[in-house]
Amino acid sequence: MSVSRRKFLGWMGAAGMGAAAGRSALAAGNKHFEGHPGSFGVLHDVTRCVGCRSCEAACNEVNGLQAPDRPFTDLNVLAEKRRTTVKAYTVVNKYDVPGKASPLFAKTQCNHCLEPACASACFVRAFQKTGTGAVTYDHSVCVGCRYCLIACPFDIPTYEYNEALTPRVMKCTLCYPRISKGQLPGCVEACPMEALTFGKREDLIKIARERMREYPGRYVDHIYGETEMGGTSWMYISSVPFSQVGMREDLGVTPAPQLTSGALAAVPIVAGLWPVLLMGIYAISKRKETIFQQELDSIREAAQSQRKEDV
Amino acid sequence: MPAIAAEDAKRFFTLFNIVSATIIIVGIVITILRFTKGLGAVTHLSDDNPWGLWIGFDLLVGVALAAGGYVTSAAVYLFGMKKYHSAVRPAVLTGFLGYALVVLALNYDVGRPWRLPYPFIMQQGTTSVLFEVGACVALYLTVLFLEFVPAPLEWLGLKRVRQLVVKLTLALTVLGVLLSTLHQSSLGALFLLAPSKLHPLWYSPYLPVFFFVSSIVAGLSMVIFESTLSHRYFGHKMDATHLSEKESVTLGFGKAASLVLAGYFIIKIMGLAAGNNWHFLGTAYGYWFLLEVAGFIALPSFLYAVGVRNKDLALIKWTAAWTVIGIILNRLTVSLIAFNWQLPSPRRYFPHLMEIAISIFIVTLGIVVFRFIVTRMPILYEHPAYKDAK
Repeated sequence: MSVSRRKFLGWMGAAGMGAAAGRSALAAGNKHFEGHPGSFGVLHDVTRCVGCRSCEAACNEVNGLQAPDRPFTDLNVLAEKRRTTVKAYTVVNKYDVPGKASPLFAKTQCNHCLEPACASACFVRAFQKTGTGAVTYDHSVCVGCRYCLIACPFDIPTYEYNEALTPRVMKCTLCYPRISKGQLPGCVEACPMEALTFGKREDLIKIARERMREYPGRYVDHIYGETEMGGTSWMYISSVPFSQVGMREDLGVTPAPQLTSGALAAVPIVAGLWPVLLMGIYAISKRKETIFQQELDSIREAAQSQRKEDV
Repeated sequence: MPAIAAEDAKRFFTLFNIVSATIIIVGIVITILRFTKGLGAVTHLSDDNPWGLWIGFDLLVGVALAAGGYVTSAAVYLFGMKKYHSAVRPAVLTGFLGYALVVLALNYDVGRPWRLPYPFIMQQGTTSVLFEVGACVALYLTVLFLEFVPAPLEWLGLKRVRQLVVKLTLALTVLGVLLSTLHQSSLGALFLLAPSKLHPLWYSPYLPVFFFVSSIVAGLSMVIFESTLSHRYFGHKMDATHLSEKESVTLGFGKAASLVLAGYFIIKIMGLAAGNNWHFLGTAYGYWFLLEVAGFIALPSFLYAVGVRNKDLALIKWTAAWTVIGIILNRLTVSLIAFNWQLPSPRRYFPHLMEIAISIFIVTLGIVVFRFIVTRMPILYEHPAYKDAK
């Protein structure tokens, strides 16, 4: 899909308005949230990807990442399955699917969840779901607990384990600095096959459906990311079940924050009830002791008066 | 002169001192490596396995095994079980040292430890279970410190301050139980966020409840286990009250542990049923789960009961040690063994030798400090000047 600069800037304006209007929803919450209105995303059409790694090269360049171990033109790296690393915010993997003459390729990067697990996990709010759709990370507050890496269902965030004093979490930002300036994300711009489509998330869903309608039998009838983990800004369509191109189909539709909201909701209840119950137990045991003491005293008294009488 | 020097040297170079000094030196060397070369140089942590032994053992096991403090002080000060009073101080000391070491270990694990106060002073990530854990651990460490501090104050002869702190006992106990309930359970709740990574036999919405209930088991068992060790090595420090109460502590805590383990067993089975995960029992993970539930929950519950009925103190002590092993295995299973169970084995985690060395180093520090305190301060005996302490 082609996007004119003018149209794009229009969207940016809309996204900005949305961000301004919906500021309270920036952080992860436990209400149903359908994404910031007019926020952006990318649609990855797995059927179009040829595994040229142009996106990887562009990503490396625009983000100023470290040089790769092997050059981006070396397609032999596709022989093994890779994941994101501190040197690569995105990787393309090759999948040989039974019954298909040629292999399929799928690109992996941050999916920019509508309600991100990383943001929900972060105890310093270093992650933010911005109005543009990008999930950003602020290294200036990050403590480095790596709970975001534990939380991410897509295994995306990576960590600079070899930095002694200034380790950061590294992950795709949806090229937040670029899209804020009206540019396309590096990978989208670099893709020669138009396997990546940048646009408003609600439009992308319509485009995906349109392609499915236009080419009957070509796609699996599912947009990966439309509902997964409550929905993501980065979505996928494919000609084979998504598990065959390295994506998990067992994640469910529950947004990550809901997984812990129940446990967190118990906190004020425990904090409110426990002192009452514990002091109640204390009062009971105290009273028992008092009664015991009183009985002991009265027995002693009785014994004493008995002795007096005897005398 | 040389004879005295030789005598001094002999007293100093005991087996305990030599071993602990070696461990501490190794620990210091690795500490320097950790803070000059980064986590990558001393650990096997990776993007797939961001939490390793220092979280699985030092944090999760450490906090669980330090539960004796709140369990014992609740029993004595809230439930009125005064006959266990002599168990409070050693339990609180262990709790305090345990939590202090947990926080020390966190300084190794997190990337920028000097930012540990950031969640409280910079930006509050209140949607995070880790925020709750951090807040509760920080507050509880303070509570434990205040609960422990009468002992050094008596040692130093600071009567006035001690009186002041002792007055807080009841409030501190309530606060301690409250904070322990919250963070013991939230350590389990941390993993609620990763249903796709933790094996279904251990992932359960009841994880916080499992962690909380098993922490009571851990606390009770640790008090028994530790009093056995203390008696062996510091028996000469114990006063008549401590020695005479010791047996009833073992029996009483053994009985409580048996009952709580029985409850824990029932809720573990309920968790299995609620998740409808029976079909996993036939797999390798299933055998591991069955071993845990039958061997480390049901069995010790039964053995504790037998030990209490027959007044078999030796059996109770061995059962306590066995139960502690079970708790350690449970925490390591949730955080490491059953975590990332779907990843191919080359992407799984096994601790680096240096990670293990740091964990041993931290435990050793705990033992050394415990020894230092117990041999000097009124922990295992009542200070003659403060017999009023109930």
